[in-house]
Amino acid sequence: MSVTDTRPVAPPGVRAHTVGRAEDVPPGEGRAFVAGGVQVAVFRLRDGSLHATQAACPHAGGPLADGQTDPDVLVCPLHLHGFRWRDGSSTGDAGPLTVYPVREVDGLLVVDA
Amino acid sequence: MTVLGGRPHGLTSLAVDDDLDPRPRLVVVGTGMAGARFVEEVLERGGGEQFRITVLGDEPHGTYNRIMLSPVLAGETGEDEIVLNSHDWYADNGVQLRAGVRVERLDTAAKLAYASDGTAAPYDHLVLATGSYSFVPPMAGVRRGDGELLPGVHGFRTIDETRAMLDAVGRCRRAVVLGGGLLGLEAARALQGHGVDVDLVHAAPWLMNAQLSREAGAVLERSVAALGIRVHLDVLATEVLGEGHVEGVLLRDGRRLDCDLLVVAAGVRPHTDVAVRSGLEVERGVVVDDQLRTDDPDVYAIGECAQHRGEVYGLVAPAWEHARVLADVLTGTDPAAEYHGSRTATKLKVAGVDVATMGMSAPERDSDELLVVSEPKRGVHLSVVVRDDRLVGATLLGDTRRVAALTQAFDRGSALPEERIRLLVDLADGPAEVAVADMPADARVCNCNGVTKGAICGAVADGCGSVGAVMDRTRAGRGCGSCKALVAQVVEWAADGDVAEDPAAAWYVPGVPLAKPDLVAAIRERDLRSVSAVFAALAPGGKEDARSKTGLTSLLKTVWGVDFLPEKDGEFINDRVHANIQRDGTFSVVPQMKGGVTTPAQLRRIADVAERYEVPMVKVTGGQRIDLLGVRKEDLPAVWADLGMPSGYAYGKTTRTVKTCVGSDFCRFGLDDSTALGIAMETRFQGIESPAKVKMAVVGCPRNCAEAYVKDVGVVAVGTGRWEVYVGGAAGASVRKGDLLATVGSPEEVLTVAGRFVQYYREHANWLERTYDFVPRVGPARIRSVVVDDADGTCADLDAALQRSVDAYTDPWGQDGPEPATPGQFATSLPLLPLPQVPVR
Ligand code: SRM
Ligand SMILES: Cc1cc2nc3c(=O)[nH]c(=O)nc-3n(C[C@H](O)[C@H](O)[C@H](O)COP(=O)(O)OP(=O)(O)OC[C@H]3O[C@@H](n4cnc5c(N)ncnc54)[C@H](O)[C@@H]3O)c2cc1C
Ligand code: SF4
Ligand code: FES
Repeated sequence: MSVTDTRPVAPPGVRAHTVGRAEDVPPGEGRAFVAGGVQVAVFRLRDGSLHATQAACPHAGGPLADGQTDPDVLVCPLHLHGFRWRDGSSTGDAGPLTVYPVREVDGLLVVDA
Repeated sequence: MTVLGGRPHGLTSLAVDDDLDPRPRLVVVGTGMAGARFVEEVLERGGGEQFRITVLGDEPHGTYNRIMLSPVLAGETGEDEIVLNSHDWYADNGVQLRAGVRVERLDTAAKLAYASDGTAAPYDHLVLATGSYSFVPPMAGVRRGDGELLPGVHGFRTIDETRAMLDAVGRCRRAVVLGGGLLGLEAARALQGHGVDVDLVHAAPWLMNAQLSREAGAVLERSVAALGIRVHLDVLATEVLGEGHVEGVLLRDGRRLDCDLLVVAAGVRPHTDVAVRSGLEVERGVVVDDQLRTDDPDVYAIGECAQHRGEVYGLVAPAWEHARVLADVLTGTDPAAEYHGSRTATKLKVAGVDVATMGMSAPERDSDELLVVSEPKRGVHLSVVVRDDRLVGATLLGDTRRVAALTQAFDRGSALPEERIRLLVDLADGPAEVAVADMPADARVCNCNGVTKGAICGAVADGCGSVGAVMDRTRAGRGCGSCKALVAQVVEWAADGDVAEDPAAAWYVPGVPLAKPDLVAAIRERDLRSVSAVFAALAPGGKEDARSKTGLTSLLKTVWGVDFLPEKDGEFINDRVHANIQRDGTFSVVPQMKGGVTTPAQLRRIADVAERYEVPMVKVTGGQRIDLLGVRKEDLPAVWADLGMPSGYAYGKTTRTVKTCVGSDFCRFGLDDSTALGIAMETRFQGIESPAKVKMAVVGCPRNCAEAYVKDVGVVAVGTGRWEVYVGGAAGASVRKGDLLATVGSPEEVLTVAGRFVQYYREHANWLERTYDFVPRVGPARIRSVVVDDADGTCADLDAALQRSVDAYTDPWGQDGPEPATPGQFATSLPLLPLPQVPVR
């Protein structure tokens, strides 16, 4: 990673953080949480899968939790840049997005950040 | 006069000349296409730090795309669209622009450029980019005593000349165009498009004789004549008739052609007067060497005013090549860079006849091969000239499908197919993509800007996700624009179909391969009531598509009304929280204020809310209401509750405000009660889902104070109880006067006709297609026949469908304010990270 890369970096010791309850994120939508000092956006897709990304869009800081989703991409609400869940890469020419592992444990949302 | 690409506060940008600034001075004479491009090329090479750059231009305007004056004259392109470098652009880039200032002569010893405003600009390097002017052949009576052209006579070189012609076409009936070259043909066709009767007079025996063979010229003549332009060949105009204004021209053979507009497009001559007065070597143009240098070591010439190895070019591609080479030399990027001449290719842009030519039009040596396919009846004439297995010339008339492949072979001198006929006729009739795939990386796609296929693929690989982004990055397609289709093909090919500008332009949304009528039919037939149901049933593989959701939600609401099954994730964030998202993630709140009429009580409530919720800005909008900007998402429900006013739908693809003027109650000119009708309209049409926003206005007389002529639906009182209803007007990114749909005799009829139009638009327009595109696409006559004359017998259905939507209206603010629709509907998504803040005023 180069020195100019400003993506929020997971600290060396990545830790699991419980950020909220499963029902806090309704199907198809996203919500913003804080995972140990890192602001994350957690999404529940219509197929049931969970995804987590940095909360602010790398393009111009848009609130990604307000974006729209499908199984491949997340679309930022401000200028409609798309980002692939797979690796956070942009479908256009915006910077890449950091994605975090997220899972549901006993009805709680757990993000590794 | 409006300055094209100008700034409101003055023509020239001021820069203080700092004597302590050690940087050498680079002065450019001419703000045309060569001069401006040269400045860009210098800046791109870091020359902005190296030089103090001053540009002097005779024209008061910023730099505009001269090539596009033809479509401007034809009314196909607005003049604002052709600005290349505005006054602001020069200022923003630290370049001192002195527009409207003519350079008279240089003192090459003292290195000063004397200008028409009495100043003398010192220079270290000076570049002449003075272009050419329209040549007016000697004809008796063409000029007045003072040397000016007789009124009604115009050259075709500048925006001012183009404006003058556009201004004249409304009053003219007959025009004569002198010159049957590229420019003359474009002018003739453009004028004819304005309904003017056109005669074209050409001195040579066939049209476009510089580019075409006699046979091709004859085919072109037939096609041009078929368009209704009368062509007179092989004859000179000798006299211009008319006292105070042109009345006709006299031809050498004694014929007289009457006209009230005379366009002279009989060739151009390089602007060499500055060079001549400065003692520089001038032949036909200013003579330059392979580094574009004149015989003075610090003076250069580029573009149409330059003569290089005996050639003077009249096209933009060579001018831009000059700019690149000279920028390399002067900035030191490549001090040894040289220019060795250009191969030229041209296309006709507005003529209604396709013509593309490159290189030679006929064989010159015995060993040259010539292949001709000629079908004069169809107006098709194709030919190629081959020398030593290389393409050295091609003419495509009436069918330019092969132009990309031929341009490629011509530019690269690549090997040609054994069967030469394949050059002209695609025997396999294979799809265009095959041709794109076969193009080598260094094949030129955009000739004007010298952009290769490789450069376009590079831009795509670097992440340019749309044709527009690629064009911005590489400048491909930004010259004459005739290569745009090919650029799009290459982009699509390079991006493997992953392009933002969807190839399936006919689909209603990108993720469901159906056009709107088929999609609506399928939704009804299969009883699909939610966005996820539509994806499951109709998308390939049942796959969801984020970019299709908002459009589907809108359509389903229109089709099902209250019976639609809402899904929050199917809505854009604005619709999810009934407010417009701002750049910092806060929202704007615009309460309904019907017809722009408010009360002291409402104003007081708005003021209280603004204070209570620390609203950073309260603004009167362009839509005659009040916007509270910068409201926190979590405060939205409380703000609505405290306002106690319904939503103004400023965020939705819905009907929006109805602007009104004060009308007959107060205005001394008011013919009818526009305010009352506007309020009635806003009440009836509030919050109706539509393909794009619908804005309306009602005015009390044709003075049009509330801008009804430029609204999606505009209503104008014309007296004695009658109202005109206009549709398809716009004054946003596009400006268009609406078309008169009907003149009716009562406010009730206005509501009926306007309602039918809105419903017809809802049912037939594409997603995000505003009425200003929809009405011209469908045609005002067709719309009138459906909604006024009931030609299809559908008026009752339209009325009923609209009534259902009217009855289904509920105020969204009243709806889920108290009880959120989904958990966390109003939870903040604002990141903790610092963001650009909306400034507090
Ligand atoms: C607030 C306002 C500017 C103002 O301070 O006055 C405004 C603000 C915005 N306009 Fe506008 N427009 C406003 C009147 C207009 C008008 C004038 C009018 O309505 O009479 C026009 C020209 C008419 C028209 O609609 O074309 C106008 C043409 C646009 C356009 C260009 C649409 C087009 O197709 O040409 C956009 C962009 C778009 O829709 O994609 C736009 C988009 C926007 C957006 C929604 C940008 C966005 O997508 O987020 C701005 C949102 C600000 C906010 O959050 O409130 N706004 N906008 C005006 C609100 C009017 C209202 O009370 O509802
Ligand atoms: C209607 C039309 C259609 C065309 N179509 C095509 C086409 O399809 N393809 C193509 O390749 N080319 C086309 N051309 C030609 C193309 O526009 C020119 O080749 C190109 O503009 C040349 O650029 P230039 O900078 O040399 O000259 P210009 O663009 O003419 O710029 C010269 C500038 O210098 C200014 N100037 C002159 N003398 C002075 C002075 N003494 N002091 C200060 N300023 C001065 C002039 O006012 C002018 O602004 C077309 C031209 C026209 C008019
Ligand atoms: S004109 Fe542009 S910046 Fe201004 S409100 Fe409209 S969209 Fe926003
Ligand atoms: S801020 Fe996300 S796309 Fe611009």
